[in-house]
Amino acid sequence: MIFLTRKAEFSSAHYYWNEAWTKQENERVFGRCANKNGHGHNYTLEVAVAGEVDPVSGFVVDLKELKEILEREVVSVYDHRHLNLEVPEFAAGTGMVPTTENIAIAIWRRLEGKIPGAKLHRVRVYEMADLFADYYGER
Amino acid sequence: MGTVPTKIASGAKAPIDFDQSMAGRKPRSIKTGPRAYLTRRYRLSASHRLHSDVFTEEENRAVYGKCNNPHGHGHNYAVEVTLSGPVDAETGMVCDLGKLDEFARTHLLERFDGRNMNALDEFDHAVPTTENFTHEVYRIFQEFAGARVVRIRIEETGNNSFEYGEELGRG
Repeated sequence: MIFLTRKAEFSSAHYYWNEAWTKQENERVFGRCANKNGHGHNYTLEVAVAGEVDPVSGFVVDLKELKEILEREVVSVYDHRHLNLEVPEFAAGTGMVPTTENIAIAIWRRLEGKIPGAKLHRVRVYEMADLFADYYGER
Repeated sequence: MGTVPTKIASGAKAPIDFDQSMAGRKPRSIKTGPRAYLTRRYRLSASHRLHSDVFTEEENRAVYGKCNNPHGHGHNYAVEVTLSGPVDAETGMVCDLGKLDEFARTHLLERFDGRNMNALDEFDHAVPTTENFTHEVYRIFQEFAGARVVRIRIEETGNNSFEYGEELGRG
């Protein structure tokens, strides 16, 4: 078994808001992140896959193909978008606050089963250089 | 791996103020989502000298080399703290980051940043190698009440890093 990690970047806007709570509750729990005008980050995504090395190609996965999958499934959907307003999994009514943890989980769900020949191992999302979330597909 | 050191460095420990760290906390939702891991990175600078009373002066020089310089030397450490837990269905978070930062400021940065590690109680009976420092930081963060701290990673320099804790992603 070998692990391969591919990196991608996207820049998005978001805010934190739980529709079941009052404005005061949202502001108390989420602080400045509850500002409904939104704010943004340069996110770095690291996708790690696991698999056996193909004896002919020497690859665990075709990197060009993995790059295209990340572009199609994640970057083209998230980059230069407002996560709450333009990305379906975080839309009002879903109850999914676009925190770093939930973004990692959402990206896992977007990629699961779509990488031929390798198993999705870990999705790591950096919101900033000093903060990141990991998701391994655990329930 | 996996076992928690009960005591790595002996000496007086700063009391952990649980009442303070829990103050104002919203009761945890019973609705929880999948398990995720959150890692926060902190930076601190400290000096140390690697020297063991068990060895002779000559042995100390042989074992620790330039790190045994009697005047000490220092590093800019980067400490990564990894928390594990179910993502709260209401907040989308594993833990309240503000509480973690507050805990880290009190129990990590104020205790170690800008200090000489050899002069601290934590290293009274242990050489302040980054291995021992990593164990000590892991022990300190077990007192954090907001979420389970499962892994500590410390970069001593850009070339050396040390990790201690559980293997992640095993359910």
